[in-house]
Amino acid sequence: MIWVIIIGMALVTIIPRIIPPFIVDYIRFPKWMNKWLQAIPYAALGALVFPGIMTVVPEKPYIGLIAGAVAIILAWLRVHIILVVLSSIMTVLVLTI
Amino acid sequence: MDTERKQLIKSQIRDGMIAGVPIAVGYLPIALAYGVLAKQSGMTLAELTGMSLFVYAGASQFMGANMIGLGVSAAEIIVATFVLNLRHFIMSLSFINQIKRYRMRWKFPLALGLTDETFSVASIFHKQVDNKYGYYFYGTLMLTSYLSWVLGSLLGGVLGDIIPAVLSQSMGVALYAMFIGLLIPSIKKYHRIAVISIVAMLVNYILSPVIGQGWGIVAGTIIGGLAGVFVLEEERI
Repeated sequence: MIWVIIIGMALVTIIPRIIPPFIVDYIRFPKWMNKWLQAIPYAALGALVFPGIMTVVPEKPYIGLIAGAVAIILAWLRVHIILVVLSSIMTVLVLTI
Repeated sequence: MDTERKQLIKSQIRDGMIAGVPIAVGYLPIALAYGVLAKQSGMTLAELTGMSLFVYAGASQFMGANMIGLGVSAAEIIVATFVLNLRHFIMSLSFINQIKRYRMRWKFPLALGLTDETFSVASIFHKQVDNKYGYYFYGTLMLTSYLSWVLGSLLGGVLGDIIPAVLSQSMGVALYAMFIGLLIPSIKKYHRIAVISIVAMLVNYILSPVIGQGWGIVAGTIIGGLAGVFVLEEERI
């Protein structure tokens, strides 16, 4: 039964991912749509970060926000992304213990 | 000639691995947590690793494992997964548009490897498309992330709850930090990008309590992207 669920989940996850390769060759996007598709990554990044980041420590949403602020500042100062990630982890760790 | 070709491919693979490290680091704790949760909800090691191998979608797997533990019907779990993952249609559309000129035998597997994280990193490295053998870059990026996810889940299932809760909770911030770390350099280069992200955040924030988390991200991505149609200038992107 669990394998039926897994296969079903796999199918509905794969289908949305693999339709675009079969259709992009046949459609010519108008200019605005091209712009839209290029803006999608930045929109997705925004939507993925907020408000989700407040659930890192569900009962203390400010901890996620502080860790996010640390990440913003360090990234702004051109710190390497791996150090940005590690610093945010440390921030949450320090604030929770 | 042949050695030059090999050199080029090798350097693409190396760059892809470097770009994939932050994802791998971010995935590991989450995959571990998933493995632990799945084990607790009664899945066997083969089942929980198989789910990572075949489904490969973090949020859905947490939800799926949780629902399996609660004894929810297969149909409900599958429909919920579908809704949660519809956003990958839009991401795939955007990414495939970026790699339009690649052949199908590259487009197809690369599309299979798309997740929120691989999509984000691959999009930020959009200039890589112009490199010769750039598909090796994207391929390595996807494979590194995939392996980290699958192996992390397996490890989580084996280790159970040996990892202290404080540590795994703290590591939960990793992917958010990575998303921020990807976004900020783009905003620094071109401030108007911030408008797109902020619109997406606000839309998601307002709508997700009403329509659910999966749809909230979909709506935020679509509407934030539409804001981009108005604020981005043709020659700057």
